Amino acid sequence: MIQNMDYSQFLVMRSEISLLVVFLLIFLVDTFGGNKSLKGLSVTACVLFGLHTIWNIIPVESASAFGGMYETSPMTSMVKTVLNIGTFIVLLQSISWTNTPDVKVRRGEFYELLLVTLFGMYLMISSGHFLLFFIGLETASLPMAALIAITKKDTESYEAGAKYLFTAVFSSALFLLGLSFLYGVAGTLYFDDIAVSISANHTPLLIATLVFVLAGMGFKLSLVPFHLWTADVYEGAPTQVTSYLSVISKGSAAFALLLVLYKVFYIDPVVWQGIMWALIVLTITVGNLFAIRQKNLKRFLAFSSISQAGYIMLGIIAGSAQGMTALVYYVLVYIFSNLAAFGVISVVERNSGKLGMDDYNGLYKTNPKLSVIMMLAMFSLAGIPPFAGFFSKFFIFASAIHSGFYILVLIALLNTIISLYYYLLVVKAMFINTENECAIAPFRSDNASRVSLIVCVAGILLLGIASCVYGYFSDLSLLSI
Amino acid sequence: MNFLSLFVLIPLLMMLGLWISRDMKQIRTVAVIGSTLLLALSVYTLVEFLAERAAGNTATMLFTDSCMWYAPLNIHYAVGVDGVSVAMLLLSSIIVFAGVFASWKIDPLPKEFFLWFMLLSTGVFGFFISVDLFTMFMFYEVALIPMYLLIGVWGSGRKTYSAMKLTLMLMGGSALLMIGILGIYYQSGLHSMNVVEIAEHGNIPMNWQYFLFPMTFVGFGVLGAMFPFHTWSPDGHASAPTAVSMLHAGVLMKLGGYGCFRVAIYLMPQAANELAWIFLILTGISVVYGAFSACVQTDLKYINAYSSVSHCGLVLFAILMLNTTAMTGAVIQMLSHGLMTALFFALIGMIYGRTHTRDIREMGGLMQIMPFLSVGYVIAGLASLGLPGLSGFVAEMTIFVGSFEHTDTFHRVFTIVACTSIVITAVYILRVVGKLLYGAVQNEHHRELTDATWWERLSVITLIVCVVAIGSFPHWISDLIREGVEPITNLLSQAL
Repeated sequence: MIQNMDYSQFLVMRSEISLLVVFLLIFLVDTFGGNKSLKGLSVTACVLFGLHTIWNIIPVESASAFGGMYETSPMTSMVKTVLNIGTFIVLLQSISWTNTPDVKVRRGEFYELLLVTLFGMYLMISSGHFLLFFIGLETASLPMAALIAITKKDTESYEAGAKYLFTAVFSSALFLLGLSFLYGVAGTLYFDDIAVSISANHTPLLIATLVFVLAGMGFKLSLVPFHLWTADVYEGAPTQVTSYLSVISKGSAAFALLLVLYKVFYIDPVVWQGIMWALIVLTITVGNLFAIRQKNLKRFLAFSSISQAGYIMLGIIAGSAQGMTALVYYVLVYIFSNLAAFGVISVVERNSGKLGMDDYNGLYKTNPKLSVIMMLAMFSLAGIPPFAGFFSKFFIFASAIHSGFYILVLIALLNTIISLYYYLLVVKAMFINTENECAIAPFRSDNASRVSLIVCVAGILLLGIASCVYGYFSDLSLLSI
Repeated sequence: MNFLSLFVLIPLLMMLGLWISRDMKQIRTVAVIGSTLLLALSVYTLVEFLAERAAGNTATMLFTDSCMWYAPLNIHYAVGVDGVSVAMLLLSSIIVFAGVFASWKIDPLPKEFFLWFMLLSTGVFGFFISVDLFTMFMFYEVALIPMYLLIGVWGSGRKTYSAMKLTLMLMGGSALLMIGILGIYYQSGLHSMNVVEIAEHGNIPMNWQYFLFPMTFVGFGVLGAMFPFHTWSPDGHASAPTAVSMLHAGVLMKLGGYGCFRVAIYLMPQAANELAWIFLILTGISVVYGAFSACVQTDLKYINAYSSVSHCGLVLFAILMLNTTAMTGAVIQMLSHGLMTALFFALIGMIYGRTHTRDIREMGGLMQIMPFLSVGYVIAGLASLGLPGLSGFVAEMTIFVGSFEHTDTFHRVFTIVACTSIVITAVYILRVVGKLLYGAVQNEHHRELTDATWWERLSVITLIVCVVAIGSFPHWISDLIREGVEPITNLLSQAL
């Protein structure tokens, strides 16, 4: 596996390098920039990140670097683009927030930490060795704790940061324990070598490994029963960070888990499919049932995102190229729908300070555009046609059915009815419950948020109708497996 | 582009037009022009269809067109019509047309109302022209979700409860349906979603049919108000605004019957032959139970909602008889019930708009006060209880003749049980007519009320003309439907 170092190998890491450049530029502006350039820091960050996204939009060929430590495939770089798009929307939504007095002094840190976590996610999904995978995982988690606690004066944000840190550390420990078992069984940490080694030498210890790895990743993905941190952290974190956490972090972890299971443990899918089966049923059901009772919209979306993670896992359990396609497509659609919801929540929060579902009563009368966007987001999350969520749900169910999981899909589908109920509660608050004395007053949202919401709505409306996206993903995943 | 796609395109363009409309006048203009175009288009489709058949074209589906949509799953946007779908398109466009006039003075938020109403119509029309399982399912769900807001915002009574109940139950049905559709897709061994292709070349293993047939049948059956999944229907209809009740009872519930017929039975004839008896029992219960429930209700809308349960139950009941005559009857019943129930709901909406009560105990002698509406009500009632010359008679006659073709005891018994619903229907219809229209005026204030306005008359007359047309000239429509039903009954008899 050891190859000679060749600088052309760095070209394979095009996306990591350009992200690093963006990071360094922002860091330099933040550190040495005068008052004037600091003022424009948020916009600069958006523009730089937008360039980075466009620069990496064409997927790279399958390749590996550093002796197989780093592996990439067309689908991997597509996933990076998907994450980039999501991050870009988050950055747009946070422009006016970073200019508020509280956050202003720390906005440099906000961008730096955010990009570092994204860098960690990049490493995680394109690693060919568990060591790099673990470094990626840690790089994605630890700065995240700092991000969550970024609003210094807010004790809830602090508490959330601490909670996240402890669970992240704990899950890393579990994950490492799993890795040490795996090393004991296989004698190597290269994905390909492990796969070869464990196919010859099947021990029960392998199942223990699998359980620890799944548990470690389960924390990141907030699968039930590893979800207990989610609601508190989502509620306590600043809304922009919550949205980042709920879509980008989740999407990358899901794809990383998919790669690990497909590449390393593809030998016996039956074992991990059995575990996943139970995890999915628990995740979807518990997430949905708890979401019903939530009155705070951030907590509400926390539980909704738990159950969405369960749906995403259906693409993994399928264990096929079709599953991979459906998963990436689902993540993309989920990014647009969830960020539309968070975008509305964050502008409403900034303009009125309100977060409760009851506060949204009669929103359609005062802010019709925002309510329509929120409604589209809810319908898309619930999987109602002709919005994109319907298509992504259909495809992810199709991939699981193709692999024979009829009962599982039936349970998931029955759960969509529960989820429809609570998504409709939000719609009901905005459109039907019009008697509200202290409704949110009409306001104008800032331009950047508007742009981001328009992008999200365009995604929700067009991604399903335009079949080329799914077709393209499908071609890429066939190339990558 | 195929002209059938216009059925989807026109409502979408209307939505665009509504979106940019500024006042009530423009909204009405857009709605009237659009719904008239749809009506004209469906008549054109009918004429073209008959001409094509007369010229000797015997393909199962006419005017077919298909373009690839999602290549990895071989999903097409595929359209095509046979006799049954032509009839359904005609029904839908008539009811949309009448519905626009019935909601002439909708308040509040007229623009939003028509936007949702048109989205609902898009789903309905799209469903009837699709021959691809995926697009069919997509349009089916498109038709369901606007109901939530239409009932929730513009409804009356326990509207939020009813809207939620209706939406969740129907979505529950569509959850089963999705399993059914995906199962058919993967088990037919064809890698195709095209209904005709699967029916003609597909070979779904028998053990899978036992699983998939109930899934699809119940999935659509929920919308067809099959016992015990009918409970959304009375609440939903009672709370919905007039035009929505019309479209929902008139067309949307037919989606259920049409789906059972087109997907469940057409694609899985073996399982249909084997399992029909289970659903025959359930639908038999719907027929009689719905009729009895209607007898004891005092709210006009509940009476009609339960009567719809009974009549739509009869549609499914007839479909499950699995022979040409009964199935033809079922489709005529869909048309007939669609028209007369729309008429009923339109009239109830108009009466309620004047008296502000739907309780029959608080009203009486309306014949003296609003003769036009009352005569309309009597005609609708007579059609409902099957007076010869009106559409109900043709439908029920055909159904029961068809059902009696089965000579075994089980079918005979259930046919006789279902026949009793005719008598019970007469009971609840005449009860309402007697209390509401004749007798003494219960509330003196009602004497000041006015009769129908021109737009209301237009809506009512359109529907009455259609009811009489089917009743008086049943031959052409039953021919049209019969040739649509025959390919399915042929498959069924081959499968025996």
